[in-house]
Amino acid sequence: MNFEYDEEQDALRDSVGGLLGKAYGDFEQRRATVAAEPGFDEKTWQRLAELGVLGLPFAEAHGGMGAGPVEVSVVCEELGRTLAPEPYLAAVVLAGGLVDAAGTEDQCTAVLTALSEGAEVPAFAHLEPGARWSSSAGGVTATQTGSGWRLDGVKEPVPHGASADLLVVSAALPDAGTGLFLVDPSSEGVDRQGYPTHDGGRAARVALTGASATPLGEAVDREATIAAVLDRTRVAACHQALGAMSFQLEATTSYLKSRKQFGVTLNKFQALTFRAADLYVSLELARSITLWATLVLTFGSPEEASDAAARASLQVSRAGRHIGQEAIQLHGGIGMTAEYAVGHYTSHLTALEHWLGDGRHHLATLSAQVGDHGEVDPLR
Amino acid sequence: MRLKLSDEDAAFRAEMRTFFTTEVPQPIREAVAAGRELTKAQYVESQRILNAAGLAVPGWPVEWGGRDWTPLQRHIWHEEMQRAAVPPPLGFNATMVGPVIATFGSQDQKERFLPPTANLDIWWSQGFSEPDAGSDLASLRCAAVRDPSTGSGRAADFVVNGQKTWTTLGQHGDWIFCLVRTDPDAPKKQQGISFLLVDMSSPGVTVRPIELIDGGHEVNEVFFEDVRVPAANLVGEENKGWDYAKFLLGNERVGVAPVGSTKRVLAQAKDRARTAGAGGGSLLDDPLVAARFADLENELLALELTALRVVAHSSDGKPHPASSVLKLRGTELQQAVSELVVDLAGPASLASGAPASSELPEWTRRATPAYLNLRKASIYGGSNEVQRQIIARTILGL
Repeated sequence: MNFEYDEEQDALRDSVGGLLGKAYGDFEQRRATVAAEPGFDEKTWQRLAELGVLGLPFAEAHGGMGAGPVEVSVVCEELGRTLAPEPYLAAVVLAGGLVDAAGTEDQCTAVLTALSEGAEVPAFAHLEPGARWSSSAGGVTATQTGSGWRLDGVKEPVPHGASADLLVVSAALPDAGTGLFLVDPSSEGVDRQGYPTHDGGRAARVALTGASATPLGEAVDREATIAAVLDRTRVAACHQALGAMSFQLEATTSYLKSRKQFGVTLNKFQALTFRAADLYVSLELARSITLWATLVLTFGSPEEASDAAARASLQVSRAGRHIGQEAIQLHGGIGMTAEYAVGHYTSHLTALEHWLGDGRHHLATLSAQVGDHGEVDPLR
Repeated sequence: MRLKLSDEDAAFRAEMRTFFTTEVPQPIREAVAAGRELTKAQYVESQRILNAAGLAVPGWPVEWGGRDWTPLQRHIWHEEMQRAAVPPPLGFNATMVGPVIATFGSQDQKERFLPPTANLDIWWSQGFSEPDAGSDLASLRCAAVRDPSTGSGRAADFVVNGQKTWTTLGQHGDWIFCLVRTDPDAPKKQQGISFLLVDMSSPGVTVRPIELIDGGHEVNEVFFEDVRVPAANLVGEENKGWDYAKFLLGNERVGVAPVGSTKRVLAQAKDRARTAGAGGGSLLDDPLVAARFADLENELLALELTALRVVAHSSDGKPHPASSVLKLRGTELQQAVSELVVDLAGPASLASGAPASSELPEWTRRATPAYLNLRKASIYGGSNEVQRQIIARTILGL
C-alpha cells in the first residue's frame, strides 16, 4: 500500500505542468483562447500529442504509450490546476476510452492513432434531453437497413461535439440494450449546433436524422462498457477537480495574506483563516479518496471500480462546492469578476460534476447499497 | 503506487486480528463494544495481556519494550485493536509520559518507571490543564518551589502548590505527571515550566470528582497543598518542561484519529438499524437514514485513507502535513456517528436511567449518554479550534 508517485510520474507532471503553465499561466491567454473557436488551443493540443500525453492510456500498437490510470490522473490534475480548456477528458479518457474498450482492431488503430497524434479529436454523444446520468440511451435509436445502420434522435449536451472530427454515439438497439456507433459528423443527416458553456468549454446539440453509422465493434449491448468508461472518466475528472481546488486554495491563501482592509491584511481575521483551514481539510480528504479510487481502477474488479468512482465523486462533489463557493466569498468582489481566475474555477467544478454525475446521484447509488456490507475496507 | 498491503503487512494484519480477538477476554471486549465504563481492573488486565505479548508500547524504544515496526504496521496494530474492541493501552502511560521519560528522563527514571508504566503497574494521570489554562496551556500557574532546607541547588526537593483540572480517570491514578511553574520571572511564560512526576499518595494531594453532563465520573480536579516532591522526580532540565510537553503532544502520528473504533460503532449501528424500525422493521428502508449511513461511511473512508497516506508516507521523520486533518475530522465523525445512534434509538433513547431489567435494548439506553460524553472529543487534546489554528498557521502560512 503506497500512495506516492514514482519518478517517472513526477517527471510527467513536471513536463505537462510546464507546458500548460506556459500556455495558461497568464489567465488572459486562457480567456482569449476560450473566447475563440474551437475553444482550446490547437498548438497546445499538438504539443500534448508530441509529449505522448494524448495517447497515454492506449496500447503502443494503437499509437499510444500503454500507461495506466495513475499517469492519466497526473495529466488531469495539471489540466485542472491551470484550467486548461483542452478536451482531454472528453476526447482521450471518454471517447478514446470507449473506442479502446469496444472497437475492432482496425477501429482502434485508426481512431486511437489519429487521436494520439493530435490529428483527429473524437467526442462521445451520449447525454440526452430529458435524461440524467445513465449508461443507457433512449432518445437516439439505431435501425439496421440493408446497407448498414442508421441513427435517429437528438443528443444534447455533447461536450466538444461541434468541433469533433468523429462522434461516438450511444443508441438504443432495435431489440434491447444500448449500442455504440461511430458517426462521421460531416455526413448527411448530422446537424450540429455548437455553443459555449459557462466555464469556457464547448457543447453541442447533435441531431441525427437517418445518419449513417458504423457499429463500434459489434452492434451489441454496451451498457457495461459505457458504465466502466464513465467510471474511469469520473475518477479522472476527480483529479482534474483536485488540481482546480488546489489552485483555488493557493489563490485564496495568498489573497488573504496580501489584501488589506481596516489597515491590516485579511489573515489577521481568525474568522477568515479558520475557513481557509476547513478548505484544506476538504481538499485533503478529497485527495485521499481520489488517489485510492485511481488505484482501485488499476487493480480492482469492475464492481470495485464502480463503487470507488462513486465514492470519490461524492467526496469531490462536496469538496468542490465547499472550496468553489468559499474561494469566491473569501476573495470578495474581485472573485466575482470575469478577469480574475478564481471564479472560473468554481464554474468549471460545477460543470465537471454535472457532466458526469453530481454528489446526490452518487450518494443515492451508495445509499441503495448500504445494507450490503458491514463496513467499508479500503484495503480489501 | 500500490493498493494492497504487501504480503508481509497482510500477514501482520492477520496476526494482530487473531491475537486481539482470541487473547483479550470476551467480557472486556463486550464492555467496550457496548460502550460501558470499564473498571480499573479491566483496563489493567487488558494492558498486561498486551504487554506480555509485546503489544502495549510498540512506539517506545526497543530496549524498553518498543517494536521496530514501520508506521504502517503501527497503524495496523492500532486499527485492529479498535476493530476488535480491545481497550487501547492507557494513553497517559503508553503515548504520553512513557515516551517523555524514555526520551528525556535519567537512566534511573527509565529503570524505575518504564517497566511498571508499560505494564500498568503504575496508573498515570495527566496534570496539564488548570482552571485558567485550557487552550492557553502555557499560562499555567501551579507552582513548584525548591526547598533549600532539603539540599542545595539542584539537589533540593520541590514543594508544589496549585490546582490541576480535567484529570481524566484521576480517581484511579497512582502517579501524576505535571507541568509546573518553576520560574515565574522567565521572560516568556513558556520558559518557566518544568515537567514533574508526583506520587498521588503524597500528603497534600486531593482528588475531587467532576460530574459531567452524561452523569458519569470521568474527570477530576486535583489539588496540591504543600506537596513535597523529591528532586529526582524532575524530568529532564528545569524550565524545559514546555519542550517536553510539545514533544508529548506532537509525538503521536498513529491513532490521532479514532478511525477503527468509529467504523466499528457505525457498523454496529447499521446492524441495529436493521431491526430498530417500527414493528421490528429495518430503518435502512428509510432513504434518509440510508443516506446518512452512506454519507458517514464515505467520510470515514476518506479519513481512513488520509490516515493511511500519512503513515505510508516515506517520511524523513517529519509528519505529513495532512496529519493535522486527522484529529479535527476524526473527532467530528466520531461525534456524528454517536448522534446518528441517538436518532436510531429514537424515543427509547430517553430511557437512559432505566434499570438493567428494562425491555428496551441496552444500546438504545446508552445512546444519549455516549453522544453527550463525546462532545468532549473536539475539546480535549487541543480543541478543534486549536487544530484549525495549526492548519491555518503552519500549513497555509496564514
